[in-house]
Amino acid sequence: MYAFNYHRPATARQAAGLLSKKEDAKLLAGGHTLLPTMKQRLASPAHLVDLAGCADLKGITRKGRTIVIGAMTTHAEVAASAEVREAIPGLAWLASHIGDPHVRHRGTIGGSVANNDPAADYPAACLALGATIVTNTRKIEADAFFTGLYETALEEGEIITRIVFPLASRAAYAKFRNPASRYALVGVFVAKRGPEVRVAVTGAGEGGVFRWAEGEAALRNRFAPKSLDGLKASADGINSDMHADAEYRAHLIGVMAKEAVARATGK
Amino acid sequence: MTATGIGAPVRRKEDHRYITGQGRYTDDINRPGQAHAYFLRSPHAHAAIRGIDTAAARAMPGVIGIFTGDDLAADKVGGLICGWMIHNKDGSPMRAGAHPALAQGKVRYVGDHVAVIIAETLAQARDASEAVIVDYEVLPAVVYTASAAGTETVIHAEAPDNTVYNWHLGNKDETERAFREAAHVTRLDIVNNRLVPNPMEPRAAVGDYDQGEGAFTLYTTSQNPHVARLVLSAFIGIAPENKLRVIAPDVGGGFGSKIFIYAEETVCVWAAKKVGRPVKWNSDRTEAFLADAHGRDHVTHAELATNAEGRITGLRVKTTANLGAYLSTFSSSVPTYLYAPLLSGSYDIPAIYAEVDAVYTNTAPVDAYRGAGRPEATFVVERLVEVAARELGRDPAKFRMQNYVRKFPHQTPVIMMYDTGNYAASMKKALEIIDYKGFGKRKRESARNGKLRGIGFSSYIEACGIAPSAAVGSLGAGVGLWESAEVRVNPVGTVEVLTGSHSHGQGHETTFAQLVSDRLGIPIENVSIVHGDTDKVQMGMGTYGSRSGAVGMSAIFKAVDKVIAKGKKVAAYVLEADEADIDFADGHFSVKGTDRKLDFGSCALQAYVAHKFSGQDLEPGLKEGAFYDPTNFTFPAGVHICELEIDPDTGVTKIQRWAAVDDFGVVINPMIVEGQVHGGIAQGVGQALLEGAKYNSDGQLVTASFMDYCMPRADDLPSFDVGMTVTPCPSNPLGIKGCGEAGAIAAPPAVINAITDALGHEDIAMPATPQAVWRAAQKSVRRQAAE
Amino acid sequence: MATVSMTVNGKAVTGVIDPRTLLVQFLRENLRLTGTHVGCDTSQCGACVVHVDGVAVKSCTALAISLEGAEVTTIEGLATDGRLHPMQEAFREHHGLQCGYCTPGMIMAAVDIVNRRGNDLDEKTIREDLDGNICRCTGYHNIVKAIAAGATAMAGGSAADREPPRQAAE
Repeated sequence: MYAFNYHRPATARQAAGLLSKKEDAKLLAGGHTLLPTMKQRLASPAHLVDLAGCADLKGITRKGRTIVIGAMTTHAEVAASAEVREAIPGLAWLASHIGDPHVRHRGTIGGSVANNDPAADYPAACLALGATIVTNTRKIEADAFFTGLYETALEEGEIITRIVFPLASRAAYAKFRNPASRYALVGVFVAKRGPEVRVAVTGAGEGGVFRWAEGEAALRNRFAPKSLDGLKASADGINSDMHADAEYRAHLIGVMAKEAVARATGK
Repeated sequence: MTATGIGAPVRRKEDHRYITGQGRYTDDINRPGQAHAYFLRSPHAHAAIRGIDTAAARAMPGVIGIFTGDDLAADKVGGLICGWMIHNKDGSPMRAGAHPALAQGKVRYVGDHVAVIIAETLAQARDASEAVIVDYEVLPAVVYTASAAGTETVIHAEAPDNTVYNWHLGNKDETERAFREAAHVTRLDIVNNRLVPNPMEPRAAVGDYDQGEGAFTLYTTSQNPHVARLVLSAFIGIAPENKLRVIAPDVGGGFGSKIFIYAEETVCVWAAKKVGRPVKWNSDRTEAFLADAHGRDHVTHAELATNAEGRITGLRVKTTANLGAYLSTFSSSVPTYLYAPLLSGSYDIPAIYAEVDAVYTNTAPVDAYRGAGRPEATFVVERLVEVAARELGRDPAKFRMQNYVRKFPHQTPVIMMYDTGNYAASMKKALEIIDYKGFGKRKRESARNGKLRGIGFSSYIEACGIAPSAAVGSLGAGVGLWESAEVRVNPVGTVEVLTGSHSHGQGHETTFAQLVSDRLGIPIENVSIVHGDTDKVQMGMGTYGSRSGAVGMSAIFKAVDKVIAKGKKVAAYVLEADEADIDFADGHFSVKGTDRKLDFGSCALQAYVAHKFSGQDLEPGLKEGAFYDPTNFTFPAGVHICELEIDPDTGVTKIQRWAAVDDFGVVINPMIVEGQVHGGIAQGVGQALLEGAKYNSDGQLVTASFMDYCMPRADDLPSFDVGMTVTPCPSNPLGIKGCGEAGAIAAPPAVINAITDALGHEDIAMPATPQAVWRAAQKSVRRQAAE
Repeated sequence: MATVSMTVNGKAVTGVIDPRTLLVQFLRENLRLTGTHVGCDTSQCGACVVHVDGVAVKSCTALAISLEGAEVTTIEGLATDGRLHPMQEAFREHHGLQCGYCTPGMIMAAVDIVNRRGNDLDEKTIREDLDGNICRCTGYHNIVKAIAAGATAMAGGSAADREPPRQAAE
C-alpha cells in the first residue's frame, strides 16, 4: 500500500466537504474492494475519507412501500434485518450470500453499489427492483445509475447516502459462483411488481449489470420457471474469461433465471 | 496397546501451541535491528537485461542496500543447484542451465529475481523497488510443454533445443512385442495439469550474521534444514557448515514446495553480512504463485496392451515433462525415477517401456509436489486400466483384480521390487464401504432427478520410504537418503529425541513420542521431539516422499535399541547380574527368573552418577545415535472409489461418497494417518476438479492469486470413509510403509474415472471445472439423443 | 503517523501507526500477537480472522486506524483463566488441524458460526459457512467434525459427544 492521509468525518456532509476539498481523495466504506486494490498498489489515493464514523449513513427502515438502506449498512445487517426479510426476502437472501461471513461483516451496500464491480451482487438487485440511489446531492434511478464496467452516474464528490428499494410482489436472486473467487460468475435477480417483470443479470455482461429483455418478456406472460424453458440468452456482449466463456455464461443466465423464479415463486 | 502406545489415536502434543496462537513460524521471528527485503521480479517471461539503474532507488527513504546478480557474482556466491543427475538415452548427462539466485544478463520467467532491495521497512523497500530502472530486451516466450522442444527460441544456451534430457526406462523390445501380439490396445492422451502447492504459510526467511563469531543463522520455512545448510554451504558457498546454522521452526505446510533451496532464502542470509543487519523476507501469496516451485505438468501418450483373456501384457508411455525455466533442487528426478518405476501400478505387467523428454519453458520451475511423479504415473495407469475395462466390456473392479500382483516379492520391469501387499483385500473392503452393489439403483435415482451419476476406481501403489542411499546414488541422486536420530536420556529418565525428519503438520512430536514411550515404557509426556535446527540435530535428510515414518522412525527405533542395550549394561552392574540375563520390558530392566528389577528412570540416573560401575569398564551416560539407511523402498497401496453426481445443466460435479482403503503397513497413530489421507484426497480432488496453473502465450501467469486459482474449500468436498488393511512392511523394523502422499496420488484418477463413467465418454481433462463438465455433458446428451 | 486506541483481548492498547497499517499488522507487529496469520493478499484465505466488536472479520482487510475504540479478540484471547475455549478443545480432540497455520482463523471463524447459527450445526451449514477459510492440510473432514462438536460443547455439552450427520458436498 502507498501512503495516504486518513480522515474520519462524523457525518456524510463532512465527508462530502473533505471529498471536494482534498485533491485525489477516495471514500473508504467497508474496504473490501478498495483495500485489496490498494494493497496490490493498483490504487494510490492521496487522501482516504473513512465513512465508518458517519452514523447518518447506517440503518434500515421501512417507509411505506419501500425499504431504505443506509449506504454504510453491512451485508450481514441487511441479511439479518427483520424488515428486509419480511418486505423483500430475496434481497436479504442476496445479502446473505455475498462473499463469505467475514466479508459480510465489513462490506457495505453503498461500497458495493458505488464500485459497480461487474461481479458484484447488489447491482442486480438495484436494477431488478428499480431501486433509487440517493446521494448527498440527488436521487438517481438504478436504470440510469450503472453506466458501465466499474462506472456509475456518480459525479466527483458525490456520496451515496442510502438506497431505496420499492417492494415487489415476488423477488429472488440466484447466482453461480466463480469456483475460485466465489464472486458471481452469473447472478440473476428477478422481480415482479404488478404486471411488470424485471430480470437483471450481474457477472456476465461486458458492460456490467444489465437487464435481460427476452427473459422479462417470457416471464411477463407467466411468472413461472417453465416460461423460461428453451429460452437462451444471447452470447453477444457476454464476458469471456478463463473461468467461463460467453457461451457458458449465456447458458447460465437461463439456468440461474429459472432458479431465481423458482425461488421467488416457492417452487 | 496402551493409551499412548503404538496404534493408539493419541491427541497431538503440538496442538496446544497452535490452537492458542503460540505457534512460532518464521514470520513470527524478529531479530533486533532487522531490515526488510523486497525482491524486484521480472515482469517478462523471457528477456535480456541490458542494464539495471539503481541510483534513484538508492536515494529513496529507508533504503539500506540494493543488490543484483553482479553483486552475488562478485562475492563468488554460487548458483542454485539441481541435486539429481539424469542421463540421456545415449548416456550423456542432462543439460543443466545456470541458475543464479539473482538474474545475470537474462530473466527466464515472470517472477524471476532481478534485484533485492533492503530497507528499514517492507513498505520502503517496495517503494524503492519501483524506482529501479531495468532495461529489458523482451524475447519471445516458450510457454507450452508439448511444443517447447520444437521452438527456435532458446532459454538456456546449454540446452539448444530447450531439452533437459531424453530419458527412458523399461524393456523396449519386449514391450513392442507385447503390443504387436496384443488382442486389444487402449490408447489415451493425457495432460497432467500444472499445480501450485500453496501451503497456507507462504515461504519466509530471516538471515542473521554474528560478526563476533563470523557465523550465519538462517531461519527459514524448510522441510529439510540440513539439506538447506548443505547446499548453501557446499555448493552456493555462503559459509562452511560449522559457521552456518539453519533453523526451520514451526512450518505451515510444505507439500514438497519447501524442500527446495530457493533464491530468496539464499539472498537473505548472504545479505545479512553484506548490510550488517538481520534481513527478513516474507513471501506474499502472489509471489508464492510466481516463484514457488510448481508441480506436475506432463503431456503423455499412453497405451495398454491386453491379450484375449483380458490380461494386461504391456504398457508404454511417451511423456513430455515441463521443468520450467530452471532446474529446481530435485526436479530432474520427479518425471524420471519417481514416475516411470510406478508405471506397473498394482498390476503384473511383464513389459513396460517409458520415454520421458524433459523441457525448459519460460515458466516457474517445476519440482516435487505431494506425490511427485507418482500421481502422474498413477493417473496414467488407472485411466488406462479403467478405459481398457470399459472397452473390453469388463467390470472395472474385476478387471483390476484379475491383473493384480498376487505373489511377493514381485519384480516389475521398471526397477521396483514390490515386497508385500494384498491389493484384492483393499479392493473388496472398498467395494463394501461404497456399497458397489447398490450403485445401479443410486444411478437410476440420479437419472430420475436429471443428474448423471458415476463411479470411479483408483487402485494405486506408490514407492515411499525414500530411499536406499546406494540405490538412489546409482540412479543419479547427489545425496544419500538415510535418516538420523539421537536419543538423549536425561538423568531423571525423561528423553529428548533428536531427529533429522522435520514436521510441518505431520504430527511427529506425537507419533515419534508414541514410539519412544511405547518402547521405553515411559509416559509420553516424558518424551520430547527436537527437530528443525542444525545446531541441535547433527544431520538429517528431512521430510518428503512419505519417508519420516519408514525411515525417520526406523532411525529412532535403532537408537532406542542402542539405549536399551546400554541400559542393560548399566542394569547388570546395579542388579549385580550378568548382562545376558537382563531383560527389558514395560519400562523395567529385570534379571531373568528373579524379581530383581530396575525401572528405566533409575537406570538412567545410575548411568549418569556412575557409582555402580567403573568408567574404565563402561562409559557413563545414556545417549545413543543411529543412522538408518533403508534396504528397499516401501510400497503403500490401496483402493479409492469416488462416486459423484453431475448436474448436466450447470456442469457442477458433486462428490457423493468417497471410500478409501489404504495399506500403510503398521500404523502408529491412526488419527494422524487418517488426517493425512483426508488432506491428500482433498489435494487430489483439487487437481481433478478445481486447480490448474495457467500461463498465457506471453508467459504471464494468469492464475496468480486465490481469485483465479481455485483452492478446495470445505463445501467443495464431502466427508470421507477411510478404511485400512495391513500387510506389515518387511524392510524396516517397524513395518511402516508411509501415508503422507497416498490421497493425492489416488484421488485424481478416481474422480476422472467417475466423471467419465457418468458422462459415458472419455473426453474430459483436469481440472474438470463446471464449464468443462457442462460442455462434456452436452456431448453426452447429444450422443444419447443420436443413439 | 497517527494514534489509535482499541481494546484487544480485554486490554486497552494504544499505538502510534502509519495510517496504512492493517489491523493484522497492528496485532502482529505492534502488539506482537503473532497468532493471527496472513495467508493471502486477496481477502480469501481467512488465516487472519479475528473478532471485532463480536463478529468475525478479516484483519488483513481492515485498517487499524479505522477501528478506533473497537473491541478486538484474537486467538490469544479466546482461552479464559488458562482454560481452553470449547472450540479450541474440540479442534484438538478431533484433530482439526495439522500444520496449524490456518487454525487460529479457523477457530475464530468457527466460534463466529456458532454465535450466528447456534449450537446445533449440521455438516452442510458448517461447510457453507467455512467458505471464507482455506485449509490446505486437513481436507476439512476433521475441521467439520471439530466445529460440530465445539458448537455442542459451547452450549455446555462435551466436545467428544457427537459427530455431525454425513452428507455430500454442496
